[in-house]
Amino acid sequence: MEAWIFFKRTVRMVFVGTKVYYLWCAFLLAIIGVGISFYAKQLEAGLIVTNMTDQVSWGLYIGNFTYLVGVAAAAVLLVIPAYIYHFDPIKEIVVLGELLAASAIIMALMFVLADLGRPDRFLHIIPVIGILSFPNSLLAWDVIVLNGYLVLNAIVPIYILIKTYFRKEPVKKFVIPLVLLSIPWAVGIHTVTAFLYNGLAARPFWNASILAPRFLASAFCSGPAIALIIFQILRKTTGLKIKNEALFKIAELMAYAMFINLFLLGAEIFKEYYTGTIHLEPMKYLFQGVHGHHALVPWIWSAMAMNIAAFLIFLIPGTRKNLVTLNIGSLLIILGVWIEKGLGLIVPGFVPDPLGEIYEYLPNINEIAVSLGIWAFGLFIFTMFMKVAVPIQRGDFVHSKYDKAAIKPQYERIKP
Amino acid sequence: MKMMSMGTVAALYLGSSACTKDKVEEFLQKNFREMSETEKKQVIRRLEETYLRKYGKKFQISTKRAEAGILWGYGLDLSRCIGCRRCVYACVKENNQSRVNPQLQWIRVVRLKKGSLINLENAEHYYNPETVPEPGFMYMPVQCQHCENPPCVRVCPIKATWKEPDGIVVVDYNWCIGCRYCIAACPYKGRVFNWSEPNIPVEELNTDVHYLGNRPRMKNVVEKCTFCVQRVRNGRYPACVEACPTGTRKFGNLLDPNSEIRYLIENKRVFRLKEDLNTEPKFYYFFSA
Repeated sequence: MEAWIFFKRTVRMVFVGTKVYYLWCAFLLAIIGVGISFYAKQLEAGLIVTNMTDQVSWGLYIGNFTYLVGVAAAAVLLVIPAYIYHFDPIKEIVVLGELLAASAIIMALMFVLADLGRPDRFLHIIPVIGILSFPNSLLAWDVIVLNGYLVLNAIVPIYILIKTYFRKEPVKKFVIPLVLLSIPWAVGIHTVTAFLYNGLAARPFWNASILAPRFLASAFCSGPAIALIIFQILRKTTGLKIKNEALFKIAELMAYAMFINLFLLGAEIFKEYYTGTIHLEPMKYLFQGVHGHHALVPWIWSAMAMNIAAFLIFLIPGTRKNLVTLNIGSLLIILGVWIEKGLGLIVPGFVPDPLGEIYEYLPNINEIAVSLGIWAFGLFIFTMFMKVAVPIQRGDFVHSKYDKAAIKPQYERIKP
Repeated sequence: MKMMSMGTVAALYLGSSACTKDKVEEFLQKNFREMSETEKKQVIRRLEETYLRKYGKKFQISTKRAEAGILWGYGLDLSRCIGCRRCVYACVKENNQSRVNPQLQWIRVVRLKKGSLINLENAEHYYNPETVPEPGFMYMPVQCQHCENPPCVRVCPIKATWKEPDGIVVVDYNWCIGCRYCIAACPYKGRVFNWSEPNIPVEELNTDVHYLGNRPRMKNVVEKCTFCVQRVRNGRYPACVEACPTGTRKFGNLLDPNSEIRYLIENKRVFRLKEDLNTEPKFYYFFSA
């Protein structure tokens, strides 16, 4: 009975909102629509509609996948500073972080699906029904840890929200172990994803032990950067109580993470350039171009500039503790790491190919449209999550026996 | 969520392409290595009917197993190769590779400047002179090296590719999900992908095929050299060996002490490509002169 009331009220809440909310949703739905139409074309004609070839056989899809796994991992890792520094709204941050992680994982899985040639054969990868080559294939590991992470990050916020809806305290013995488990698991998903590339002797650019640590360092930057922006939007639109000090603390941690990221990159650059073996070639292609091919050079240098600028912004207290510069820094990191951990990581793995051939890859309109569609879908479901989760957390949306005015909840201040 | 979206996709896919009985059977088909003999027979019958409908040609699809006591090995004499690429085209014809969009080839012949053999960074893939050989250059054909320790097989998340008892690395085209992890893992560029529905002129189709070898493929699956499994398991040489005008290519049973390949390994100075990666190829390059 209460479930039915909950459902009815949820539906109403999702469908009722401010003008900005409607515009935002319409905008996302339009992009999703375009993405679906391009994906339909890809399903019909095959992956030939992309710019991928036998030389560069992974591209924008797998780049986005890698980046989003990092975002998903880092969203949960935000829980650590929330505990250590006793941020006021810990429960809110846990719920927000885990819902952000869940959205990012869903996007990441959709990117794998978009890259898959035969999604019609998905049953083959389901254990028991199909054959999952565990533990031999790192991709099998990734399927397991990512789906497990998704489940974990769905259970915790749903549980906390339901308890809050019933005006009951979450049972700590149940929820704390799950939250604590999700922290090493977050490290796990990004490590496994790094090992996916790392374990290939055929690709010297990836076959460096520094890859997994670098993945984690850059994820510690990009994930919190997205969270910083989202926290501020929610603070403005929903009255989520989060202090500036908490934001500045996160920014400070990001500066350290970015320092480690840049340091590890420097270590890698030194080793490759100073030894100067033939394995330098992919890195040279990325940073300088080889034999007149330099499609990625402007991208990686913009990423470098953005990452270094953001590092300085977050390092210097004056700019870190100013919301305007803080947001500029966050945007720079989001974009900079996206380039570095997206195309900047995937494409040089394939250039030159194992027989020395150079194929210059940049994504085409089809790949861009499908990718934007997936991003829009992720933002859309995150918006929906927030639309329901925030009123519950604020206490506006509770069990009908507590709420006399249940039929008229307040929506006005709710935005993504 | 993933399951749901995948399910929707599958439903859409099956729905749009005339959901016939064959489609359903194909959808539910097992991995080749898990099929019983009866299931194999059913699958072969269905495939032969499908090919007949699609191409108007009667196919003979073999599922012949590896024979005991055989481990296939390949020898390639770099001092004889003139870079004519006859092997490439013989292979394409024998093995029903897509001709255009995408143009797939299982053998890649690279041109190397004399004095630079191991550094493939300077390999030329699209050399196109009036006549070959050219002074100052040598040629190195590369194809699947049929590693004893194949990285492509290890990475496949669903065991759609494996090493047969006679050492041939094969793909079940009906099991492959098209993730292309194997392509990323192969150090020899031994695998190519059907980026779209393969395009082969019907009159050029080879109808004498093996299930794990040269039967026509479908879009978005990976494929590779199988040492012409359809030929070598019937006592014939691979098509590339037959097509070579200079006797560059040698083939035989590594377990037979009297085979030509064993003679070459014991008496010539052989090497294997990228031996440092421990993939243990069964493809031996050598110089006879």
